[in-house]
Amino acid sequence: MTTEAIHDSHDNHDGEHHDHKMTGIKRWLLTTNHKDIGSMYLWFSFIMFLTGGAMAMVIRAELFQPGLQIVDPDFFNQMTTVHGLIMVFGAIMPAFTGLANWMIPMMVGAPDMALPRLNNWSFWILPFAFSILLASFFMEGGAPNFGWTFYAPLSTTYSNGSTAFFVFAVHIMGISSIMGAINIVVTIMNMRAPGMTYMKMPLFVWTFFITAYLLIAVMPVLAGTVTMVLTDTYFGTSFFDAAGGGDPVLFQHIFWFFGHPEVYIMILPAFGIVSTTIPAFSRKKLFGYSSMVYATASIAFLSFIVWAHHMFTTGMPLFGELFFMYCTMLIAVPTGVKVFNWVATMWRGAISFEVPMLFSIAFVILFTIGGFSGLMLALTPVDFQYHDTYFVVAHFHYVLVTGALFSIYAGAYYWLPKWTGFMFDETLAKAHFWCSLISVNLLFFPMHFLGLAGMPRRIPDYALQFADFNKWVSIGGFAFGLSQLIFLWVVIKCIKGGEKAPAKPWDGAEGLEWTVPSPAPYHTFETPPKID
Amino acid sequence: MSSKEYESYYVPAQSHWPIIGAVALFLIAIGAGKYVSVLKTGEASWGGYVLLFGIAMIIYMVWGWFSNVINESMAGKYSHQMDNSFKQGMSWFIFSEVMFFAAFFGALFYARMFSVPWLGGEANNAMTWEVLWPEFQATWPLIKTPDGTETTAMGWYGLPLINTILLLTSSVTAHFAHVSLEQNKRPQLKAWMWATVILGSVFLYLQVLEYQHAYADDMKLYLDSGIYGNTFFMLTGFHGMHVTLGTVMLITMLVRIYKGHFTPENHFAFKAASWYWHFVDVVWVFLFVFVYVL
Repeated sequence: MTTEAIHDSHDNHDGEHHDHKMTGIKRWLLTTNHKDIGSMYLWFSFIMFLTGGAMAMVIRAELFQPGLQIVDPDFFNQMTTVHGLIMVFGAIMPAFTGLANWMIPMMVGAPDMALPRLNNWSFWILPFAFSILLASFFMEGGAPNFGWTFYAPLSTTYSNGSTAFFVFAVHIMGISSIMGAINIVVTIMNMRAPGMTYMKMPLFVWTFFITAYLLIAVMPVLAGTVTMVLTDTYFGTSFFDAAGGGDPVLFQHIFWFFGHPEVYIMILPAFGIVSTTIPAFSRKKLFGYSSMVYATASIAFLSFIVWAHHMFTTGMPLFGELFFMYCTMLIAVPTGVKVFNWVATMWRGAISFEVPMLFSIAFVILFTIGGFSGLMLALTPVDFQYHDTYFVVAHFHYVLVTGALFSIYAGAYYWLPKWTGFMFDETLAKAHFWCSLISVNLLFFPMHFLGLAGMPRRIPDYALQFADFNKWVSIGGFAFGLSQLIFLWVVIKCIKGGEKAPAKPWDGAEGLEWTVPSPAPYHTFETPPKID
Repeated sequence: MSSKEYESYYVPAQSHWPIIGAVALFLIAIGAGKYVSVLKTGEASWGGYVLLFGIAMIIYMVWGWFSNVINESMAGKYSHQMDNSFKQGMSWFIFSEVMFFAAFFGALFYARMFSVPWLGGEANNAMTWEVLWPEFQATWPLIKTPDGTETTAMGWYGLPLINTILLLTSSVTAHFAHVSLEQNKRPQLKAWMWATVILGSVFLYLQVLEYQHAYADDMKLYLDSGIYGNTFFMLTGFHGMHVTLGTVMLITMLVRIYKGHFTPENHFAFKAASWYWHFVDVVWVFLFVFVYVL
């Protein structure tokens, strides 16, 4: 019996093991290799990040001073909507899936993802889905303009001509997410090397495992939501119309039943990444590994019973307001466990400040700020004041940009040597970090005050007293946008060459991915590694 | 098993089916998007053609992809571990389908427990009722909506009850077929599979009759007849689509059984089809209880 994984092709049924890497575009279109697919996910997400970022630049340019000057309000609404949709579904989620594809098989000692062809399908749906979404800018009535949350009746009765395309684009990106998540779950359950028990898995793998469960559970609910929007808009149903016995509030319930777990889909993998990088650069084991696992699972569980905290001002029975307030505050407990553990991991560690560690430390501090503003928003009576203001915008950008995005940067810098075989330019990367760190805080921190002072979100104009802060926010926004181009420069430079990376460039790093050479060979762990 | 588990995990080097599938989904999405967009205006569009072409392409993709998989399996390239991957993948896919139905059941329960009673003035909504629609009577099934659309409720006795019996029986016959396969009793296997396929097809036929009955002038139960018609047709409609898919799966299995595929140890595709069938049956039980009876 051979102990090797068989890499086979349909053209070549000899069953022997070859490096069947095709050349040119065919390699990327037909590939089943988790590293190829991971790279495509990462590039795609970065392109989408720049696209969505360009829209954010339009928003900030319009808001640079009071009054309407650059775009008309309807186009402004399209910008905020598509910016949100692209950043959530096109940038953050595919970036995490890309990291999962690249790293999970290597971390659990598997030859590839469990269902390699399905993996390719999951990826290639995405460029098509987002071309539909972007194409809607050129349709009659323009792109979706109802906010990324597409509340009914804005998305039904009052929507423009492209809503059907929006619905079907969301449908196929949902199919992609579900298949990708199934692949991750099956890979983790079924492809671990002998001896790699669940509680020996790297925390990175654990967080993706739990995230994938969340995806499988809630993406179909999103599919149901958009289907109801479609039938309400085009087939005369009244799910979200009181005149027919439905209720627009029903939309918000179903949407947020998807939407709140979705929030954790975008942050749990981030926890996994910094739980990998912080121990590596503190040269200590992760503090409280099992409590991290249980905390992640608790957050995932709680994410299903807190959705209506997005709807405190929409109106619901008093019991509901209290229930969702207390459940939401409960999330602070497992999250606090995590933040404590990261800090305790660094405590008395031999810390060095390479770029992945800089991003990780920034993550811990800035994500915690985002978490605290979340705690403020969780208080029902207080939320009545903050709801739909820039305070909310500040909150979720702290958790998504300085949280999710910074963790992706931490992960990307951490594994770049493994992916490319070269060390990245440390000076440039540090420039990327410091420019990003300063500009992101200039961008989002004043938004807290704008929100507390009453500036509403999603409006292209504002009262004069908000002018100074908005000017600085916009300057921060442009600087942050430009800073991201440094990252592109670092990555391209790193792919082209540089100092050769050893198999394990970070001396504190642990995990199976560092036992293979850099760059990682096209096929790894065809024979499962030994785990003690 | 652990020592044998890594004897060979088959990793196909490349495949053109996924990209065909991605293009097919793209065509389906833009075709359906265009088709639906111009539905109200009634103008001619390319939408329908592109949609049909996309569907044809995805059928071609499924056919080709599954042929590859079947050939690889018959050539003995798969291992026990591979089988587990397929089984786990199918289980999680079914779980995602459950959650899809959960969204529509959620809408149904919300309408029944909250939105309709509230429109009738319950809880603290007396003024909503008095000011907006003082004529409105909150009942379930909602046979007269606040804006005055009238309809009739579909009873549970008759066709729905017969359909319940048919589908539950088919779940039992599918199980017997599975047992026969595991005991390598091929004639019984074929008989039980035939029974299952016939029961499923009769169910679908009766569903069509029921829809015709609903749309007839004496019932006037339409998709757009307010929240009752919405939930009725969306739930039974999506269920019917899943039964159709399940029946196609079962027919495929029957053809493969006649071709001599499957062994008592190795029959993942059969298991998957049978799990899927049990899943559509369970959904029906919930439908029968909450859409028809209660």
